[in-house]
Amino acid sequence: MVFVVLAIFLLNGLERDPNAMPSALIDRPVPVFSLPVLGDETRSVTEALFQGEPALLNVWATWCVACRIEHPFLNKLADQGIRIIGLNYKDDNDAAKKWLMDKGDPYALSVIDARGRMGLDLGVFGAPETYVVDRTGTIRYKHIGVVDERVWRDKLLPVWQEIQ
Amino acid sequence: MHRVLTVGTFLLLMLAGAGSVGAAEDVQTFSSDDKRQRFHELVAELRCPKCQNQTLADSNSPIAQDLRGEIYRMLEDGKTDSEIVDFLVDRYGEFVMYRPPVKNTTLILWLTPLLLVVIGIGILWRVYRRQSMDAQPVNTRPDGALATAGSSEALSAKEQAQLQTLLGESEQSGSDDEKNSGGVER
Repeated sequence: MVFVVLAIFLLNGLERDPNAMPSALIDRPVPVFSLPVLGDETRSVTEALFQGEPALLNVWATWCVACRIEHPFLNKLADQGIRIIGLNYKDDNDAAKKWLMDKGDPYALSVIDARGRMGLDLGVFGAPETYVVDRTGTIRYKHIGVVDERVWRDKLLPVWQEIQ
Repeated sequence: MHRVLTVGTFLLLMLAGAGSVGAAEDVQTFSSDDKRQRFHELVAELRCPKCQNQTLADSNSPIAQDLRGEIYRMLEDGKTDSEIVDFLVDRYGEFVMYRPPVKNTTLILWLTPLLLVVIGIGILWRVYRRQSMDAQPVNTRPDGALATAGSSEALSAKEQAQLQTLLGESEQSGSDDEKNSGGVER
């Protein structure tokens, strides 16, 4: 009896992602920020960027190996007309610009978070991370790790359709 | 001798490893010893969100370094410990606390150990009671019952009959065998 209960409990644990954790920012507004835009550094944008139109907020960096894998799929999403805002997280500006030049730029624009302050306010602890933000600037979903066809279809798309 | 050397080397390596864990420390100068003390207490009590089995003090991951820097800044800004913990919980969730608060969702965490201790004491008590019972001579048991061993092993009439049939069968097959073997001999 005890064995059965334990076995069920442990089996259940096997199927869970140990890294998955509830985001503290779900259903809360995008944090206040004022940061420069990659490629147009004299211009700075604020959280108002997320008002009026739904967007994906994608945390990326050139030092992030998984971002390299994710990038082609982001390009694909952008081609479908999905608005993606990039958060260039603790990166080198020149390297970041070269990356977008070489691999294509899926972002409506990329915000430079050189010191990771914005990332900290978002509860970012690595890259890539992708947030679904609705037209009121409220975070509706957070995905940690690479967004690919399957993640998009199963996790992000349902939320995305809901906020249209 | 060889084994002693191997074990010795292993222990030394383990010690070296332990030393490097503690080495995840940034160079920070605090304006007071009290702040230094609180800093060390905080980073030992908060979990690194990226490497979930380590505290902020143990981890060398970039995010842990950032968070240590942030805690340092907030301490120097004169923030209280609870303001700092709230700041992190706001962003990373209650998950960052190694000592979770008591509330409905964490009740199971707090109560399970207590429950297990109670169950453990219960089992111990039963085992103890059974042992002290067994230790007593059979015919002076407190309930006055005589040795039950004999009676429980005695067979009922029906069981006796079954036994007889079984015995009878095997005797018969035994004698069959004898006949057969005898036949071969002949």
